[in-house]
Amino acid sequence: MHPLGFTCGEIASLSWGKQIDLLGKNHKIKIKKNKIKTASKQVPESAIDMENENDNIINEVTQGEYKYGFVTDIESDSIPKGINEDIVRLISEKKNEPAFMLDFRLKAYRKWLTMEMPRWAHLKIPEINYHDIIYYSIPRQAAKYKSIDEVDPVLKDTFNKLGIPLEEQKHLAGVAVDAVMDSISVKTTFKETLAESGIIFCSMSEAIKEHPDLIKKYLGSVVPYGDNYFAALNSAVFSDGSFVYIPKGIRCPMELSTYFRINAANTGQFERTLIIADDESYVSYLEGCTAPRRDENQLHAAVVEIIALEHAEVKYSTVQNWYPGDKNGKGGIYNFVTKRGICKGDNSKISWTQVETGSAITWKYPGCILKGNNSTGEFFSVAVTNNYQQADTGTKMIHLGANTKSRILSKGISAGRSNNSYRGLVKMTKNAENSRNFSQCDSLLLGDKCGAHTFPYIDVQNKTSIVEHEATTSKIGEDQIFYCNQRGISTEDAVGLIVNGYVKEVINRLPMEFAVEAQKLLQISLEGSVG
Amino acid sequence: MENIDEIKTINEELTGLFQEHVHDIRKNSPEFINAKREEAFADFKKLGLPSQNIEEYRYMDFGKLFKGNYTQLYEPQKLTVDFSSLFKCNVPELDSYIIVLVNGRYYRSDLKFKFPKGVLIGGLSQLSKEHPEIMETYYNKYAGSENNGLAALNTAFAQDGLFIYIPKNTEIEKPIQIINILVYEKDFMVHPRNFIMADDSSSAKIVVCDHTLTPWKYLTNSVTEIILGNNARLDIYNIQDENNSSAHINSVFVNQSSGSAFVSNIASIHGGTIRNNIHVTLDGERSEANIFGLYLTDRKQHIDNFTFVDHAKPNCVSSQLYKGVLDDEATGAFNGKILVRKDAQNTNAFQKNNNVLLTNEARMNTKPQLEIYADDVKCSHGATVGQINEDALFYMRSRGISEKEARLMLMYAFAFEVIGKINFAPLQERITDLVDKRLRGELSRCSNCVVNCR
Repeated sequence: MHPLGFTCGEIASLSWGKQIDLLGKNHKIKIKKNKIKTASKQVPESAIDMENENDNIINEVTQGEYKYGFVTDIESDSIPKGINEDIVRLISEKKNEPAFMLDFRLKAYRKWLTMEMPRWAHLKIPEINYHDIIYYSIPRQAAKYKSIDEVDPVLKDTFNKLGIPLEEQKHLAGVAVDAVMDSISVKTTFKETLAESGIIFCSMSEAIKEHPDLIKKYLGSVVPYGDNYFAALNSAVFSDGSFVYIPKGIRCPMELSTYFRINAANTGQFERTLIIADDESYVSYLEGCTAPRRDENQLHAAVVEIIALEHAEVKYSTVQNWYPGDKNGKGGIYNFVTKRGICKGDNSKISWTQVETGSAITWKYPGCILKGNNSTGEFFSVAVTNNYQQADTGTKMIHLGANTKSRILSKGISAGRSNNSYRGLVKMTKNAENSRNFSQCDSLLLGDKCGAHTFPYIDVQNKTSIVEHEATTSKIGEDQIFYCNQRGISTEDAVGLIVNGYVKEVINRLPMEFAVEAQKLLQISLEGSVG
Repeated sequence: MENIDEIKTINEELTGLFQEHVHDIRKNSPEFINAKREEAFADFKKLGLPSQNIEEYRYMDFGKLFKGNYTQLYEPQKLTVDFSSLFKCNVPELDSYIIVLVNGRYYRSDLKFKFPKGVLIGGLSQLSKEHPEIMETYYNKYAGSENNGLAALNTAFAQDGLFIYIPKNTEIEKPIQIINILVYEKDFMVHPRNFIMADDSSSAKIVVCDHTLTPWKYLTNSVTEIILGNNARLDIYNIQDENNSSAHINSVFVNQSSGSAFVSNIASIHGGTIRNNIHVTLDGERSEANIFGLYLTDRKQHIDNFTFVDHAKPNCVSSQLYKGVLDDEATGAFNGKILVRKDAQNTNAFQKNNNVLLTNEARMNTKPQLEIYADDVKCSHGATVGQINEDALFYMRSRGISEKEARLMLMYAFAFEVIGKINFAPLQERITDLVDKRLRGELSRCSNCVVNCR
């Protein structure tokens, strides 16, 4: 079950172009939720629930294409197309930002002008006209709401369709949601509960105004404004995002999650997330994405920064399912993301888990800088590409401190005519004594027109560290399929079964509720790829 | 970037040199080679030397390598060194045909030997004139100078090198030993061009030894084209043993037809900078390529191994194994790529790179890559960088073996995986001995042909 309280089954029935009985569906969501609440207490019932869940999976696999494509008809307050210094100033002005932010944006913009789009990835990226993008759009009536009743009903509907009934969220078990629609945070819940333990969980724009010291100190400290082309663009025009601060010694009592959604047409979304975990704190952060289907490509260039101080631990999980384009490779989101965490203090830990099923093009390398001694970095990834999707994703583990450890587990699945690459760097600097890395990258090929590639980079500069990398590429064995067929499992189901087994190691790293959704996403993404 | 500017200047210098000496360069070559030369020169003008921005050359600084006052010789020179001393100490176990190349030019072969009928061995410039039927078809066919600046540079400047042709159904039992000697009393640059063709169902073993005789700066930019006919079998063992200020860029392009088997085993014992580019195209079904490399580096040496195995046809097998020990401030790079094309089903391709770092100043970059477009394949790669296993060391020490000796034994065992692949006992023994000495530090600089002179 998804932490936000909806299942793919419900979303699936909301597929694009169909008449939707909203009320009915909402009703259904409510019922389901109650069931889960009891289920969590009584084990046998939860088992039954899981069984139903499995039935649903099979049913859903036989259904249509992208299931999250619908556009909410809300008037957006957009600024003119294109990018120049005035636009950057305008964005900053619209958001009432302090001067240091404008400085930051302008510096980034000027740097961006001098940069070129990276071409080294194993991707075919069509020319992007950066002057044809609206860099800022904000749903109307975005004033602060005191109660949920004040929220624009149309907007609320969108969230309901997505399965985030705001009014029910407080009753939902352990999840606080900062719902981001397009560029501005509409409603932040559970803030009070979190505030009690001193946790700051708010939108980026709020944080800029209310916690400028933290922003000044940490924004751009992990991903500098000139880090790369897309990070520079993001730094110049980012509209909003989430900000998390966990104070010393606090273990965040619930999973934090932001629900991203690209909405208004022709709007690139530029998210900026900053997570700071102070000494001896712990937080688990979830990010899940869906986007309405569009024929025009949408650009998404997000930046995520994580800072873990002494003994802190941050777990960051993503399920990414943006519109991948249709069967002929038309449309789809361009996902160019810079995610990086720094284990600043000794004994800290950052763990990335990602399930990437969507986007026409994915360019994403969540990394860890292991600066503190004895710090740990982890990266667990499942990347699925189908039809004409392209993915070039992996991680960077930069070992700076002594006795640092990192582990990489990447599972790629390619089907259709897609190309799926793993690209990763493991670097042991001179001072990273006695450090250890183990990487495993497996690729699974479904079909003879797709490609699976592995490009690991290993750079070792001291004599006490050990780095190991191994990778395999294979297809599903005929004997495996035969075994399943023999036991009455259809070929398509058998493939689903084998794929699920193949990715289990990674999926298990996700928070439980996410894992179920991720599993379903995999099946949907791979649908029709078995011939 | 600095590197780019530097390379730009060098490109201009090289272009100027070519234009200045084009008459001498062309003089001894047949027309079809000169035609290719012109094309390659145009390519070089366009491409230039690869900068560090090019992915495959990230860890090579050609700006630094080519900078310097290198002499190039455009005409064969009179030899000033007496080579007869080299051949005095022929080792009885290694019964081989000996061919000597000096400064990239064919010098002589030991004419005591008689080759089987039809075998052509000699200088490239001479034999390409005598046998244009082979060279017109194959010269520069697989070296791909249109997208490779180094190969283009070689094709433009190349005047001579080794030529070997083994006719159909011919087996040469004794290994052919090629001794490449660099000797000149100045810093010296050379572009040897070698051509080896093993026609259908032929087989041969070739041992190549690269040496420098004097401690000047030598820069070798060699290109070797190797063509294997159907069911041909060719083993090439290369011992690289040059002085510490020399640089060797060794580009090998192999094209394999159906059922052929190719083995390349490079032991890089010494050398200032060594770059091995091995391109293998499995262009026929059921062909097999085995590429092995062992590198032992210390001081400020740099060794850069690049392999590219192109599985163009189904049912082929390839395996790669590279192992290295890096000491002092040595740096190493490994960049291996396996490409499996769309229709190359039933491919088995494996790749492994293991490294041992002995000091904190040594540095290793490794980058094994897979690029796969077919689904019925078994491909894997692995890379490790680490140290000598402390448990194994402890085990040996607890049995009374001194630490130094134990370390040596372990390093030796590490290296032996590659040496063990040498399918030719006398040579294997020689190299074993050489590696052992090298690891003990007894072999600081070799200027003699190890196989023959020790």
